[in-house]
Amino acid sequence: MIEFHLDPGSGVATYLQLVQQVRQALRLGLLEPGDRLPTAQQVVAALAINPNTVLKAYRDLEREGLVRARPGLGTFVVGTLPRTDPTAQAKFRRSMASWLRTARDAGLGQDEIEAIYRTAMRDAFERGDEGVA
Amino acid sequence: MTNALETVAVGKRYGRRWALNDCTLSVPAGRVVGLVGPNGAGKTTLLHLAVGLLQPSAGSVEVLGERPGSGPEALARMGFLAQDSPAYARLTVAQHLQMGAWLNPRWDGEFAAQRVADLGLDTKQRAGTLSGGQRAQLALTLAVAKRPELLLLDEPVASLDPLARREFLQTLMEVVAAHGVTVVLSSHLITDLERVCDYLVVLDNGQVALTGDVEDLLASHHLLTGPRRDSDAMPSGMTVVEESHVERQSTMLVRADGPILDPTWTVTPVTLDDLVLAYMRQARDSSTASRRSLAVAQ
Repeated sequence: MIEFHLDPGSGVATYLQLVQQVRQALRLGLLEPGDRLPTAQQVVAALAINPNTVLKAYRDLEREGLVRARPGLGTFVVGTLPRTDPTAQAKFRRSMASWLRTARDAGLGQDEIEAIYRTAMRDAFERGDEGVA
Repeated sequence: MTNALETVAVGKRYGRRWALNDCTLSVPAGRVVGLVGPNGAGKTTLLHLAVGLLQPSAGSVEVLGERPGSGPEALARMGFLAQDSPAYARLTVAQHLQMGAWLNPRWDGEFAAQRVADLGLDTKQRAGTLSGGQRAQLALTLAVAKRPELLLLDEPVASLDPLARREFLQTLMEVVAAHGVTVVLSSHLITDLERVCDYLVVLDNGQVALTGDVEDLLASHHLLTGPRRDSDAMPSGMTVVEESHVERQSTMLVRADGPILDPTWTVTPVTLDDLVLAYMRQARDSSTASRRSLAVAQ
């Protein structure tokens, strides 16, 4: 069982925070197939959030094939996510570091680089989402 | 899906002043609805019309498919918590529950007793000596134990300390999860509403300034900052809610149908707070503008 927490200042929608916390727990091995997620009522009682928010998060996770709702029993983990591969992480970090050096040598400041990063993230993921939906 | 609350061009006049004017809105069943707006916007009037404590001066109100105040059956289907959670000061907690059982045909005595025990209330204590948070919880327990389909709450947490407020909302959300009751609650505390509400109604000056599903509203509004430009030159499918300009920079809160792809804008997501304030300011500015143009016409 995991316990959810909320970061109200993050600007991330509440249901998405719940989804991300389940994904993170799967990646870290804190949740494994067969484990039960807290019931909507338990989450609601702990966080004082709208039950529809919890159900929406669980529906999203179900659509991804990570959990399955069993009527009357609860919502159970059925899928796994690959543990974050440290080699892959190191590889991307290295290529990002070299990109950052090139950008800095070209005279870009930290703020500009952050603006580029944010725009590129938005392009990559908003378009990606459209493809899925 | 049926609507829990529906008003068509409803108006309520007190003397010469219209507290609500041409107000049309519908609240889908099964939602938790936040009712916000400045003081005097008509929130309490709207709730009183829904309960049947007031009769409209114009238009119509329907609650759960019926006209409010049409009889005891209609009353049994809704629960109402007036401002400041009133209770009978000289009656004990147990006497409140007893009275609830006498007055309500669908009274759930088991729930009420359990709830009072969970809250740690002494049933022999008089309501007048309870703390504000305890009294609010008692009033909520009474409103819920009558097993309503629609629960109307008028600023239920305004006078509570942060802990009591959180506990009140936890109880409320547990009830929603367990019984699927539709809730309409008015409040000035938008951060609370952001947690508990999935539907929003912004009232201003007796009219609806904004209404809709909270997530849809947040997803379709963006805060844009970028090089100065005229709001008239914005692409179609984008409505400017609020704008401010300095010499070389423009900031706009827009409602957009799709994603913002123009790379010259820096796009920031909006919070419910930003959204509510922007629409309240917009409503206020347009009402001052119309007053001004009236003054010119005279």
